[in-house]
Amino acid sequence: MEFQIYRFNPDIDQEPYIQSFTVEVERGMMLRDVLLEIKRRDESFAFRHSCGEGVCGSDGVNVNGKNQLACITPVADYTDDPVVIRPLPGRPVIRDLVVDMSDFYHQYHAVDPWLKRKDPVPEQENLQTPEQRARLDGLWECILCGCCSTSCPSFWWNPQKFLGPQALLSSWRFLADSRDQAEDERLNDLDGPYKVFRCHTIMNCVDACPKHLNPTRAIGHIRNLMLKKSV
Amino acid sequence: MNLIRRNFDVLIIGAGGAGLNAAVQLAKADMRVAVVSKVFPTRSHTVAAQGGVNAALGNVNDDSWHWHMFDTVKGSDYLGDQDAIEFMCREAIPTVYELEHNGVPFSRLDSGKIYQRPFGGQSRGFGKEQASRTCAAADRTGHAILHTLYQQNIKARSHFFTEYFAIDLLQDAEGGVTGALVMDIASGEPMILNARATLLATGGCGQVFRTTSNAHINTGDGMAMALRAGVPLQDMEFFQFHPTGVAGRGMLITEASRGEGGYLINSEGERFMERYAPGAKDLASRDVVARAIVTEVREGRGCGPNKDYVLLKVDHLGEEVVAKRLPGIRETSKIFLGVDPAFEPIPVYPTAHYVMGGIPSDRFGRVVAPAHHGPEEVVQGLYAAGECACVSVHGANRLGGNSLLDILVFGRLSGLDILEYLGEHPRHRLTDSSSEERAMARFQRFDKAGEGIPVAELRREFRKVMEDHAGVFRTDEIMREGMDRVRDIRSRLEDVRLADTSRTFNTARIEAFELENLIDVGMSIVTSALHRQESRGAHSRPDYPERDDKNWMRHSLYFLAEDRLDYKPVRTKPLSVDSFPPKPRVY
Repeated sequence: MEFQIYRFNPDIDQEPYIQSFTVEVERGMMLRDVLLEIKRRDESFAFRHSCGEGVCGSDGVNVNGKNQLACITPVADYTDDPVVIRPLPGRPVIRDLVVDMSDFYHQYHAVDPWLKRKDPVPEQENLQTPEQRARLDGLWECILCGCCSTSCPSFWWNPQKFLGPQALLSSWRFLADSRDQAEDERLNDLDGPYKVFRCHTIMNCVDACPKHLNPTRAIGHIRNLMLKKSV
Repeated sequence: MNLIRRNFDVLIIGAGGAGLNAAVQLAKADMRVAVVSKVFPTRSHTVAAQGGVNAALGNVNDDSWHWHMFDTVKGSDYLGDQDAIEFMCREAIPTVYELEHNGVPFSRLDSGKIYQRPFGGQSRGFGKEQASRTCAAADRTGHAILHTLYQQNIKARSHFFTEYFAIDLLQDAEGGVTGALVMDIASGEPMILNARATLLATGGCGQVFRTTSNAHINTGDGMAMALRAGVPLQDMEFFQFHPTGVAGRGMLITEASRGEGGYLINSEGERFMERYAPGAKDLASRDVVARAIVTEVREGRGCGPNKDYVLLKVDHLGEEVVAKRLPGIRETSKIFLGVDPAFEPIPVYPTAHYVMGGIPSDRFGRVVAPAHHGPEEVVQGLYAAGECACVSVHGANRLGGNSLLDILVFGRLSGLDILEYLGEHPRHRLTDSSSEERAMARFQRFDKAGEGIPVAELRREFRKVMEDHAGVFRTDEIMREGMDRVRDIRSRLEDVRLADTSRTFNTARIEAFELENLIDVGMSIVTSALHRQESRGAHSRPDYPERDDKNWMRHSLYFLAEDRLDYKPVRTKPLSVDSFPPKPRVY
């Protein structure tokens, strides 16, 4: 099968280019296995990867125009040659498939992604019913791979102003937590025309999330809560 | 070259559970903390821990830290240090509560308390009924904990050097540690980080084996750095093979699948663990279950076309339980095997999972090594915590749910002990120039151009040798050959050349450094294993099938110089309770 790979090494190359590799596909092969085979042939090829099972979130790449986690994407999903693999869109390229994710991390940090409590610390655990805990399902599993935010046109235009689907999903993860005691503060911080409201419900994020999470729905919950609080 | 030098109070190398739990203690106390990690912190391998963390909270039924201690000592096959084990089992309870207070989304019981599940090797009343001691967030507990700890560090404003690779430790003239030489992976530039105290929290080294549950990044970097700084590695012959890896692939299927009621069958449909462990059955200790699976396959009762795996059944639990309690392994099975465990059994085989050995440290995280006055003298300025360290709480075999516990308890405690150390050591010590030169020489060693062996090729050969010669069952003959072959590979490292010596994000260069680390650690494993002439815990020798407490109830210490071995006694005296004397270990 033919794979066309985006290549750019700033030490050597004036401009990026596409390089073609033919890789024999075996049963059960993931896209990461293809990338590893290419690296075996050409060790100058750079991409991030680690756990190989979709939990560390290192190997987000763009495949035929859609963001994917290479290690859990079966090659068998692709029937037509060639498969085009490019870096996550909208981010500055460091080298080959490695992009600079600073803006993405910055927006995650910007939503104060930690539990805020005002009550004194109890001797044992804070209690939470299974139903209250179930509200966090589909939120806490985010692996920060960046597939969602880098597929979002609003994030492409305003990566420093619009928080993006990942950060908003994390924001809702804490707003939805029965233990968190900073709802007003969090909502105030989200106020303004850019942070939340640049989401135009294009829903690329939902399509891109390799963990099947739904940032658009989380953003909807935030908007509803903001609306409820403002009346 | 214009070498950048920066000064911090504390340098932490590694941003998994141990490193981050230490960093947060120090940052909260307004220390200037530099956390160096070769990957973005939440990509550290703690993220992959599935089943949970042990603490005798007693949320499901009565429990006590003393029973937890008994199970851990027994699980260790009496090689664990009982003072450290008592300490860990006591500290487990406040440690888990602290995690919850910091926001970890633990699963919950109807009472609103933290959900706890049964795990292997757990008992109540010192070896009686099964306990439910493992606190879980579905089967993604490591993810939940690592992300929470990272969040706490953002809040505490720890200083992260993300995607920096540590080349080597720096030392003063007396051997005390003064910081490290690191490399910015993005630019390929070196940098000196000076610190009054340095914590190694670099995790495990599962990449020494071909089939492993460990990530690409688990290359024993901190262990190898310690070795090169003259510090030995302790008990490296004890490597845990997790019974249930995805057959042929190696990624993990959590022990929680058996904790929730799953069991193993062979090609005859027999629930074979009943023969090997009539009491605990599928929830016997991991070394016992792994050996049973390998034995079944060797004796021709494996499943599949090549009869090379057994089956793990959870389908009888019903789709609802599988979806709620085991969503992660369901996804993994579907993706990698095309099997939905809610309806079909999962093909499994043991996979290299966890190293019980590591950098010798005491229960405050201080690195201790033989010196002038005995086997456990503190190395000034150096701490180690987590999988890279050996406290030793796991001895010859670690219980499931005790590794998250180890990294959290001793990460936290080393952070607090470093605080005290900084109070007593207000000034940076002076790095010896020869130490800096050695580190710089290592940094430049793969700059040589020309024809040579590719990194990937030698790495592949090495990992296969380790798998064939230091696996579940080990004989003198197999290991001797393994040692010769690892020596040969070590000598050929000189001939490794990079085809590409460019600076920017050169992952081949990183992999070359990692390969050197892997080989040093691999050598410590085969050397220590060959010399231990007994079977204990995970170290199983058909030529010496019995445990030999008279001669071998002691820790091994491997030194890089001349591949020398030394030994020190096991600490059998707990802090406040009676010692658990060695007994035959049956489940």
